[in-house]
Amino acid sequence: MFENIDPSLVNWSRGQFALTAMYHWIFVPLTLGLSFIIALMETIYVRTGKEEWKKITKFWMTLFGINFAIGVATGIILEFEFGTNWSNYSWFVGDIFGAPLAIEGIMAFFLESTFIAVMFFGWNKVSKKFHLTSTWLVAFGASLSALWILVANAWMQDPVGMHFNPDTARNEMLDFWQVLFSPVAIHKFIHTITSGYVLASLFVVGICSWYILKKRELFLAKRSILVASVFGLISSLMLIYSGDGSARQLVHVQPMKFAAIEGLYNGQTGAGLVAIGIISSAPGDTNSRNVKDFSFLIEIPNFLSYMAYGEFDAFVPGVNDLVDGNLKYNLIPVSDKMERGKLARETLADLKSARDRGDTAQYALLNARFRDPDFINNFFRYFGYGFLDDPNQVIPNVPLAFYSFHIMVGLGFYFLLLLVLFLIGLYRNKLENRKFLLRLAIFTIPLAYLASQAGWIVAEMGRQPWVIQDLLPTMAAVSHIDATSVQVTFWLFAVLFSALLTAELSIMFKQIKIGSK
Amino acid sequence: MFESLSYLALQQYWWAIISLLGSILVFLLFVQGGQTLLYSLGKTETERTILVNALGRKWEFTFTTLVTFGGAFFASFPLFYSTSFGGAYWVWIAILFCFVIQAVAYEFRSKPNNIFGRRTFEVFLFINGALGTILLGTAVATFFTGSRFSVNLSNITRFSDPVISRWESPYGGLEAALNIHNLSLGLAVFFLARILSILYFINSVDHEDILIRAKKSLRRNTIPFLLTFLTFVIWLLIRKGFAVDPPSGIVSYEPFKYLHNLIQMPLVASLFLAGTLLVLYGIGKTLLTAGYSKGIWFTGFGTVMVVFSLFCLAGYNNTAYYPSVHDLQSSLTIVNSSSSRYTLVSMSYVSLLVPFVLAYIVYAWRSINRNKITAAEMQNETHVY
Repeated sequence: MFENIDPSLVNWSRGQFALTAMYHWIFVPLTLGLSFIIALMETIYVRTGKEEWKKITKFWMTLFGINFAIGVATGIILEFEFGTNWSNYSWFVGDIFGAPLAIEGIMAFFLESTFIAVMFFGWNKVSKKFHLTSTWLVAFGASLSALWILVANAWMQDPVGMHFNPDTARNEMLDFWQVLFSPVAIHKFIHTITSGYVLASLFVVGICSWYILKKRELFLAKRSILVASVFGLISSLMLIYSGDGSARQLVHVQPMKFAAIEGLYNGQTGAGLVAIGIISSAPGDTNSRNVKDFSFLIEIPNFLSYMAYGEFDAFVPGVNDLVDGNLKYNLIPVSDKMERGKLARETLADLKSARDRGDTAQYALLNARFRDPDFINNFFRYFGYGFLDDPNQVIPNVPLAFYSFHIMVGLGFYFLLLLVLFLIGLYRNKLENRKFLLRLAIFTIPLAYLASQAGWIVAEMGRQPWVIQDLLPTMAAVSHIDATSVQVTFWLFAVLFSALLTAELSIMFKQIKIGSK
Repeated sequence: MFESLSYLALQQYWWAIISLLGSILVFLLFVQGGQTLLYSLGKTETERTILVNALGRKWEFTFTTLVTFGGAFFASFPLFYSTSFGGAYWVWIAILFCFVIQAVAYEFRSKPNNIFGRRTFEVFLFINGALGTILLGTAVATFFTGSRFSVNLSNITRFSDPVISRWESPYGGLEAALNIHNLSLGLAVFFLARILSILYFINSVDHEDILIRAKKSLRRNTIPFLLTFLTFVIWLLIRKGFAVDPPSGIVSYEPFKYLHNLIQMPLVASLFLAGTLLVLYGIGKTLLTAGYSKGIWFTGFGTVMVVFSLFCLAGYNNTAYYPSVHDLQSSLTIVNSSSSRYTLVSMSYVSLLVPFVLAYIVYAWRSINRNKITAAEMQNETHVY
């Protein structure tokens, strides 16, 4: 395919980004949620004046600090990796993608970094109210930071508010508000931050359960469970609601990802939703399409059609319909899109050539095509397909997307149930007797992290091969560096981040053992 | 408001914002400078804890400024982001590594069950302080000395190898550290960061032994700073630079280009000279006046002015700010590497937040630094690094 781009460079670059992003995402959700839980606790302290609440706030703040530091450390890499490993991407869409990153720095990072110093060191230096304000500002700063990076990510999944400028050979922003308030961005933001809030709530509930089982820190544990469970329950409901909204959008903006997460190979009217399924190989499977059959399946009839379109008999396209096309439902085959993308690319090459040889008439003619809605909607929108050499390249890893999605959804509902049970236990004042529930809460902490990571696997692996949906595949976005360099840095990051994570866990466990003393 | 500005004016405005962020970043590198002095200024564990905590309350400002500097560069001049980061891979990765290990070092250093030991994280802080400053200075020096890269926007139309910018040296940017002129700026930044940190300690720490050692150290670091800084500046003013012909955009060598820029932009020249004097005043007054502790503000403000003026020399007056010595016509200017007019206008409105950000930073800084850090505070404080 790409004679001069080593496929292993693309894979190692993807691997490095995935590695650093997944490490970063271990720490971010806890920061997002715990900051609000701490702010709520401190608010209670300021309103009641009870020293116990100050002690509780400070305990969770210590754990917050340990987690926050490593989150910051792993985050800086991601921003710069867009340049170091995806330089073509940086130019092709930097005009749009760079803005949220800069705004994130100016609006959110400074807010966080300024007031986190007051939050940690200001107890005896500033007034109670100023300290409380600082704690809230840290919490808002963390979520504000998430807003901008998620707006940027949502734009990659559903590029809106821009046009292609053939002179600069890049996409340029036309409408900032359309980028910011794209429905995909709004749902992604709510879904992602509430997932962080739920994870943090489960983290607090799990640790407190351990204290209750050990009969230690009982006051801290029960009060913390109350705050975290209420916060977690409200967040869980928002999480499920926004998740449903995301799925409805997915079928329109990324139908291939939608088909992959449901393991839907052949489109159906009245398609059923797979509640539980096990994917395995069958003799007739086409390996090149990542397509495997279900060996076991529990389906809710017609529910997928309803989830996607609000109608029980609606047609939901499958992987094969999207690759081969489906005339009845106006689905264009990928091979056709590849031809259209190639034509868009060749038109751009002709334009550049006309400009270089000073053929102003030809240049003006070709330039006008990039402003012609017919050319934009029928050819340029498939620009990225022009870089593919096999229609099957548009199929993501179906089993990975399917399992990740179902793990995420299943655990999401389980978390809701668990938080309800904890609130009931607290209400009836019988939490200490419910040993099984307490043990379950401890084992739920890693499950919360698993669900959180699975969510990002769905979002990012499910959209392969696109860096920018339909416009730029990974192999055309990568930097011109040798694969060996990326392999070396991949392992350097893997070793460094693993070592830091080990240190973080060791310190965190010790602090939990020490308690609020 | 910003809509009425010309495209060129917007590009110049954004170069000024980048210059401002870059110059504030260099000032805030005092945190890094201080990290290289922990063992020379602090002889006991308590003294080192005081120093680490004095720096630890500010490290996030430096870190955040670096990240914002990167983000703002990406948003306003994406071709630089694409070309430099994607090409000088190893330099940028090395800088990032230095900052990754710093971010955890403060929080983890003194915590129980820190499996790598306190010393490991102090070594991390030293590496960040030494290598981070030298590499950043060296990387910025290439704005004047050039790098080996090529850019061809038409490459995006090629099915095979569509990458638009490529580095034409096999060393991924590390070759910049072998250029003495680049290195002179790297070392000047390193010694300046140490000087700024000493002045910061004098301003914010109340510990007699530390202050005595700090003054001695200030003298020892001022001499190499002056030598490396003067080497860089004199060399800069006599070297050929990278001029741009505005109508055609053609880049060519021009003897004494940066000296010409200084003469042709008297405001920048004034800023540079005034900044240099302020840097020297802050150092001199601290050395000569017993009990004087406000040197950080003069030297700090002077640093911002000098670095800002250096960025102006690199980017304004029809100069290529990121020149290519491999292919002059691939050189980046504020005109050919910027974002679209619409994006620059949108971002300019966001830039109006900067004064508010600075205001709350100053307010919070003053609230925390109202009293100097003492050994007693380290024993009573609940959150100690």
